[in-house]
Parts: sequence; structure tokens; C-alpha cells
Amino acid sequence: MSKKTLSPRRKSGDAGFRAGTGFFAALVVLLVAGIAVVLWQESRLSIAKFGFAFWRTKTWDPVSGDFGALPFIWGTLYSSFLALLISTPVALGIAIFLSELSPRSLRTPLAFLTELLAAIPSIVYGLWGVFVLVPLVRKVELLLPEALRKTPLFSGPPLGVGMLSAALVLAVMVIPFTSSVAREVLRAVPATQREAAYALGATRWEAIQVAMRYGRTGILGAIILGLGRAIGETMAVTMVIGNSPAVTWSLVAPQYTMAAVIANEFTEAASDLYTSALIEIGLVLFAITLLINAASRFLIWSVNREVKAPAPANAAAAAAREATAA
Amino acid sequence: MTSRTFRRKALSNLVVALCGASVLIALVPLFFVFFYVLRQGFSSLNWDFFTKMPKPVGESGGGMANAIVGTLILIGLASLMAIPVGLVSGVYLSEYPKSRLATSVRFTADVLNGIPSIVIGIFAYALVVLPVKHFSALAGGVALGFMMIPIITRTTEELLNLVPPALREGALALGATRSRATFTVMLPAALPGIITGILLSLARIAGETAPLLFTSFSNRFWSTTLSQPIASLTVQVYTYAISPYDDWHRQAWAGALVLVSLIFLFSVLARVVTKRLERMHRT
Repeated sequence: MSKKTLSPRRKSGDAGFRAGTGFFAALVVLLVAGIAVVLWQESRLSIAKFGFAFWRTKTWDPVSGDFGALPFIWGTLYSSFLALLISTPVALGIAIFLSELSPRSLRTPLAFLTELLAAIPSIVYGLWGVFVLVPLVRKVELLLPEALRKTPLFSGPPLGVGMLSAALVLAVMVIPFTSSVAREVLRAVPATQREAAYALGATRWEAIQVAMRYGRTGILGAIILGLGRAIGETMAVTMVIGNSPAVTWSLVAPQYTMAAVIANEFTEAASDLYTSALIEIGLVLFAITLLINAASRFLIWSVNREVKAPAPANAAAAAAREATAA
Repeated sequence: MTSRTFRRKALSNLVVALCGASVLIALVPLFFVFFYVLRQGFSSLNWDFFTKMPKPVGESGGGMANAIVGTLILIGLASLMAIPVGLVSGVYLSEYPKSRLATSVRFTADVLNGIPSIVIGIFAYALVVLPVKHFSALAGGVALGFMMIPIITRTTEELLNLVPPALREGALALGATRSRATFTVMLPAALPGIITGILLSLARIAGETAPLLFTSFSNRFWSTTLSQPIASLTVQVYTYAISPYDDWHRQAWAGALVLVSLIFLFSVLARVVTKRLERMHRT
């Protein structure tokens, strides 16, 4: 068969294949674009009525049709911030332990166990939160000395449900995401970095600091990825935060988050404006998580690219290290 | 040893100890959650839970037969929708990795993966529930499907990239078209891995509650009609957990145990498949 008779058929077949698979791939892009467009359309009513005041006012009154989302965005930001405050040191500790310190035989089982935390569904965390964690938190709150309870950080009724419980559950849920990405980042740091540090007489911690500094953008990306998870988390938070709109620094007081208000009130929203206000909260949640995810992907990707560039040398160094370790 | 060296060594040892401690700190809640789910779950789980329908408020007993079937139907619907789309777009990413479309698909798939599930729920609500004005199993399946797509897309791409390029080149050299090389050579070679990806995505969506709240809603009666609201384990566990009834709390724990077991079944299956894949490639 001559080349001439075969080639055109194959060419058109290949073009069809490319177009066909490309169509499905484009669906993924369309899906995200569709989410943005649909959320925008469905929240137009609320955007037109309240404008930017929506995010500055505290009234949330479905009866009179007056909606302000400040307490929800406050609750989301505050709970996520507290969760990261707890989860980041722990997650980084895990990442460092598993990538730098742990004996080889423990590495896989420990990594598996910490990642199991991510496999437990949100609703199960919520159930556990309601029946185990909240009573525990209430006991601790009751033990607080009177003087401390007068401070703004601890004022409020010691119910157990509230910001502290939400932050604790969130922290546990975020740990596996941050730690597994941070571990990947540390693993991508060339061995030569640590070896150079050790050669200069560094202690283990000093060598770890060198590795962390090398991968700092990626580690930042891992933390931001965790932030994205915390902001979007719905069920577990809804079940333990108390669902009462308030803008307060108190760890004890019940508060509310953006995701929680959507989960709780969406099916009860009787008016179009009410639904539209809830969807506008969803739109902002979408925009925030979109930005956060894009930022974290970019940071993680940039450190990977940096590391991959001098790949052959790294591979040789790693191979040499494997050989000496064995 | 100078005091400075001593201080540095002490600090180093302290940090090493703290890092070890943080692993333990993370394992405490893991252990706690499992302990309670297993203890409360097993003490509340009985045959009725799998075979009986929910009893009316105030009557004790009954089970979640409808919710278990509902969850399986929702997962099935999601798979029907997400597997073809995810698989084929994964093929595209691996066949044309450098194209502009591939770059944006990769990026949006990762973004989609990070979008809160409750937002996906609103989208499915606007897409499927609003036009017909009532909740439906279909809407729930669509919401879960949207969540599965990015996971399957990315794992398919990654696993196709692991197949030795010589296989594709061999097929092309024998005169196969690109589609033929993909569907008869590449995909079968990567199949076990792709199945792993699908199982992992199932494990992820089986436990989702938020996107179902206002799509498939819930149903206290037996229903397998796709155009009607349908019960699901997760929503049922949620309703029971926040109810004031002890008997419902008991059933919520049983539901949580079934849910966790289902997810672990998917994960373990995924591991078994991966092991077989590894063995296959070694020989």
C-alpha cells in the first residue's frame, strides 16, 4: 500500500479522535465556567438589591427580606484561621517526621494512617463532633476560671457548640491535606541541600531548616491548600459551630459560616430573594476557593519546576544516597 | 563540648521530638473517631438496619434500607455520568499533553477538585432541580458526578502516562490509528490503574452529604424513581444526628459505621487492584 492512500484516511481519523476526546476534555472547562455563570445568574437578584452592602451588614432577617452576610464571612474566616493555627504546626511536623526523620519501615504505615484522616467523611466527623467532642469542649469550658471568662476571647455561654469545637474539627480534617502535600514538597528538595548543610556541621534541625527554606513556596502552597479545604468544609462545621450569626472574637460563642448557612437554610428559603442571597454566598465561596486553589497550585507547581530543572544531577545524587544507605 | 554546640544539639533533639509528637497528635483523633464509630456503630447495628424502612417519629426500631439503596443508586448515577467523561478527557490529556486545551483542562480539573461540595450542590440544584421545580435522585447523581469527573480525569491521565511509550509506538508502527492505539493498547494496559482511580473517586463521593441536601433531598419512603427525591445514607445520618431522639442517634452511628465500611471497601479494593498492577508490571 502506498503512503498516499493510507495517509489521508489516518489523518482524518486522527483529527476526529483529537476532536472527539477534546470535546469531552472541554466539558471539564465548561463545567467550571458553567458553575461561575449559573451562580452569578442565580444571585443577580440579591446582588442588585444589596450590592456591596451585603458583605458589610449584619442583619439576616428572612421575614423582612433583609440580608447581610458579614457574620457568615466572619465565621468562615475566623474558623479557618483558627483551624490553620492548630493544624499547620502539626501537619508540618508530620511532613518533616515522615520525610526526614522516620525510620524507613515506619514511613509507609504512618503516612497511610495520617492520610486515613482524609478518608473519613465530613458527616462522620460531624457526628463524632456532636456526641464526643462537643461534650468534652463543654467540660473544658466549664473549668475555665471566672476571670478568664470575662475576657472577650472566652465570653459567652459554655455550651460546647461554638467556634472552638468547629476550629478543632476543622483542624483535624485539614491536617492530612497539608501534611501530604508538604511531604511531597520536602521529598522533592534535592538531597544535596541537606548533605551540604550536614557537611558544614549542621544539626538535624538546622539541616531541616535548610530543606524547608528551599521548598518554602511549596510549603506555603500546602498550607494555602489546607485553607481552601477549611473554608469550603460544610457538614462537620454545621453540626458543631452552633449556627447563630454573630461577629465576635469569642471562642466559646456559637457562630455561623458561609457553607453552614447554605446547608441549613437553602431548602427552607421561601422567597426568591432569600434563595438568591444564599446563592450569592455560594458565589463568593466559589470565588474565594477558586483563588486559593489557583494560588496554591501555582506555588506547588513552581517549586516542582524549580526542582525538576536540574533533574539528572538530582537523580544521580539520590541514587548515590540510596546506594550508601543500603 | 561548648555550651553553644550543646544548645544547638538540644534544640535539634527537641524539634525532632516535637515532630514525632505531632504524628501522635494526629493519630489521637483518628483513633478516637474510629473507636466511637466502631463501638457505637456495632452496638446499634442489626439486621433490621439493612432490611427495614425508617419508622415514624416516636416509634423505635426500623432501619435504613431505603437510604442504603438510595446511596447505591446515587453512586451509580454519578458513575454513569462521570466515568465516560473523565476517562475520555483523561485520554485527551495524555495524548495531547502540550496543547493549550490540555493545560486549561488540567488547571480547571484541579480547581474543580477544590470547589466546596456545597457549591457543586447549588450548581446541580440550578441545573436540574430549578427547571422542574422538585428535588430528584437525578439531581443528586449529577452533583456527585461533577465531583467525580476531575478525579477520574487526572488519574486516567497519570496512569496512561505510566504505560511505556514503546507500546503506543509499536501500535502506531503497525499502522494503527491513534484512536485504535489508545483504545486497544494503551487503555487496556492502564486499566487496573484506572479502575483504582475510579474506586478512589467512589470512596470520595460516597461520604458526601452537602451536595445532596438540596438535590436528591431525602425520602422516608421506598423510592427508586429517578425523578423523585431519594434517601441517602449521609443525609439520613445527618437528619438523625441533629434530631432529639436517642433511638435516631443510635441509628445515626450505625449509618456512620456502614458508610465508613463502604468507603473502606472501595479503598481496599483500590489497593488490591494496585498491588495486582504492580505485580503485572514486575513480571
